[in-house]
Amino acid sequence: MTRIELAVNGEKRSDEVEPRLLLVHYLREVLGLRATNVGCDTTSCGACTVLLDGKSVKSCTVLAVQASGQEVTTTEGLTRDGELHPVQAAFRQNHGLQCGFCTPGMVMATVGLLAENPHPTEAEARQGLEGNFCRCTGYHNIIRAVLAAADTLEGAGE
Amino acid sequence: MSILGTRVLRTEDPRFLTRGGVYVEDLVDERLTGAVHVFFLRSPVAHARISNIDTSAALEAPGVVAVFTGADLADLPPIPPTGPMQPAMQERQLATDKVRFVGEPVAAVVVEDPYQGEDALELVGVDYDVLPAVLGYDPGDDTLLFEDAGTNVAGWWGKPEELKPDLFDGCEVVVSQTIVNQRVAPAPMESRGAAAVWGEDGRLTAWIPNQGAQGLKGALARMLAVESDQVRVITPDVGGGFGAKFGADPEYVVVSWIARALGRPARWSETRYENLIGMTHGRAQQHTITIGGSRDGDVQAYRLEIVQDAGAYVRAGGFLPMLTRLMTSGPYDIPRAESVAKVVVTSTTPIGAYRGAGRPEASAALDRAIDLFAAEAGLDPADVRRKNLLPKFTEPHRTAFGALYDTGDYITGLQRALDAAGYADLRKEQAERRARGDVRQLGIGLSSYVEITGMGEGEGSGPNENASVEVHPDGTATILTGTSPHGQGHETAWAMIASEELGIPVEKITLKWGDTDLIPQGGGTGGSRSLQLGGSAVQQASQELIEEARQRAAAQLEANPADLVFDKSRTAFNVAGDPDAVVPLTQLAEQERLLIRTVFTGPGATFPFGTHVAVAEVDIETGKPTLLRVVTVDDAGVVLNPLLAEGQRHGGIGQGAAQAMVEEVVYDEEGNPLTASFADYPFVSATELPSFELVDSETPTTYNPLGVKGIGEAGSIGSTPAVQNAIIDAVAHLGVRHIDMPVTSRRVWQAIQAAQHRQEPPARTENA
Repeated sequence: MTRIELAVNGEKRSDEVEPRLLLVHYLREVLGLRATNVGCDTTSCGACTVLLDGKSVKSCTVLAVQASGQEVTTTEGLTRDGELHPVQAAFRQNHGLQCGFCTPGMVMATVGLLAENPHPTEAEARQGLEGNFCRCTGYHNIIRAVLAAADTLEGAGE
Repeated sequence: MSILGTRVLRTEDPRFLTRGGVYVEDLVDERLTGAVHVFFLRSPVAHARISNIDTSAALEAPGVVAVFTGADLADLPPIPPTGPMQPAMQERQLATDKVRFVGEPVAAVVVEDPYQGEDALELVGVDYDVLPAVLGYDPGDDTLLFEDAGTNVAGWWGKPEELKPDLFDGCEVVVSQTIVNQRVAPAPMESRGAAAVWGEDGRLTAWIPNQGAQGLKGALARMLAVESDQVRVITPDVGGGFGAKFGADPEYVVVSWIARALGRPARWSETRYENLIGMTHGRAQQHTITIGGSRDGDVQAYRLEIVQDAGAYVRAGGFLPMLTRLMTSGPYDIPRAESVAKVVVTSTTPIGAYRGAGRPEASAALDRAIDLFAAEAGLDPADVRRKNLLPKFTEPHRTAFGALYDTGDYITGLQRALDAAGYADLRKEQAERRARGDVRQLGIGLSSYVEITGMGEGEGSGPNENASVEVHPDGTATILTGTSPHGQGHETAWAMIASEELGIPVEKITLKWGDTDLIPQGGGTGGSRSLQLGGSAVQQASQELIEEARQRAAAQLEANPADLVFDKSRTAFNVAGDPDAVVPLTQLAEQERLLIRTVFTGPGATFPFGTHVAVAEVDIETGKPTLLRVVTVDDAGVVLNPLLAEGQRHGGIGQGAAQAMVEEVVYDEEGNPLTASFADYPFVSATELPSFELVDSETPTTYNPLGVKGIGEAGSIGSTPAVQNAIIDAVAHLGVRHIDMPVTSRRVWQAIQAAQHRQEPPARTENA
């Protein structure tokens, strides 16, 4: 067992974990943060995307011990005072989710994408989310949501 | 103002966006405390006799509670084939004497900790005497999957001997082509899983991601040999289904059986690898199409010969070609049309329903046929469609294949799609690019379709669904539905329907579904049935509730019920002309439960229709196709919530385009799946699709008071052939007439080379 110290959604954590424990399983099983899903076994689908020090990563391919000393953010940590984060709000406003399974990862990938590129074109938004699969939406409304969120965040001066 | 027809945002979204859905993997329930974990050992070979299974080493492994094989499950009945097919083609929950596809469950290893499962699986020793794989549609060899059946042909829809040799007599133009509607993976983002526990009362509670809890309950009870009321099925949030999460898959039965055998709760979590080989695949038909008509574009005869690859066991593969056959002539008025379907078994994953389920195959065949005919006659494919589409009808139209189309206006649908796409300008640009000899050529593809939604349960009984609506004393309401939303937004849509009748705001209305103790009856969600049947039931229940409340309010006010007016803005009755004599619904609910359960029965299936126009660009040096635009008219009657209806169309268009361009399940010649992970299966991504251009169109049905038809599958039915036709059209001037799906760069390049060398395209080497 190895001790890890990290912050998850702004909360400091210190836990003994097995070295082989994946970050996604740490979040889901140890912390009970089950919004983050596992959709494949080859790091292809992005359902498990979270932010690690502000950058989006696929948490099925990160060991919990690798996240030690860093800040992890999941979709549960985006909401402030009960208000949806602008990206979450844009997904709702634009019907960017249906079954919801890819959604937490898709939202986190979008937050990561807009941090790197605050004003993506449609083509850049599609490229930026290439590693996140969705079976329900044909991506149409997800892309609308990404572009709308970019506008909102710009308006908010972020 | 009516809430119906407005873009109400989904009430289900906040929880999905903040806490995430509660899928079966996320379940935390005290009844599942101490659950064992089930791992399935799956066949690594396509076809073999099992000579021995040695579980002794696995039983010694850390954490292993038990290992079960087919022999242990002898009390479970074999699963018969679906449809009027060879009865000897039976499936077992775990393979016994033979395995017939890579991925078939052979043993179940039960462990305390999930981490122990994968290791223990490796310790189960199975001796396989390998037999030749049976691949393709008509292998013509003597290897039999089911020796007792004496054939690999499971059965027929229609009689081949009744095909008319003179069908095409008198036709000036006749074209024939064999085409492949390839095998694809439904691949919902949530794979399968289960959690099961038997209570001290001898009742099973099973949490299973499914499209229809009630049907699943019945099937589980039958197989586990218990009374139906001894089984409770609960569907947690379901991460997509697309037709592949209907019914009692063998794994669900085994997990439930293990929970009973061990007297402990049991859970199963399917990996993506298992999902891509163990969950049913879709499509897998081969078509031989022959079309004939006059040189000026009048289609006079059409023949569709179908071979359905059912996979190793006949599940939905036994009836899907029946639907394909039913829709043979689609939206066209073809004087002579005939169709026959052969169902064969192969040593591959069984075929099941997948978005559209039999209808996309009919549409793909027909739209290819129309384009081949147009090309042969030298006519514009849009003109050929316009000339042969059925004229507008408002009274039901019976086709030669027995389908009864409710309402339709196909020619207007075609014209609106062409107008929105700027068809004439596209053809002009295409001509210019061709004249210039551009490297990037333009293609325009069309599909005019009609499809079936909301089919009935059986002969003589119309399609139906139930709903309960209850108004509570605190002013909220609860709806129970027999439908089973898994992304479609029923929580919002059903609340809108009830709100319209009751005046209670959407946010105060709760929808419950998918718990068979709460809702014993229901047809679930599939076949685009939910709104027209389940939504109609909610409307009917709400209206009946108002009438019940009117009687009670009248009694209270000592007034004539007919003199009472229901004021939606106050959710209260008052006596006409006396605004002070008021009885709110809440008051009535306080006095006595205000609850109505009802069943809506429709007269029959409804038939949405539309036209898709796809625009694609092809680099003729590399063969690389790029999908530029998809413009669609999808007329499914009245639209309840445009936001949701558009979402359904988008999803369907995306999946259809994915089949046309990229996705295919591939096996090698020994029956090994080559697409068993998301690293290998070319699941469509955002970069391969454009945004879609949707045209509004509403031709109401008379089959329900809402005027609605189904919209869940239409997108995939139109877009698949439209996109395929567009890519072929881009290289048509080079002499290419047909390219099978998925129309990849390689296939386009090969087709161009073959046409230039005046050769046929190379034969397909993969089984598809």
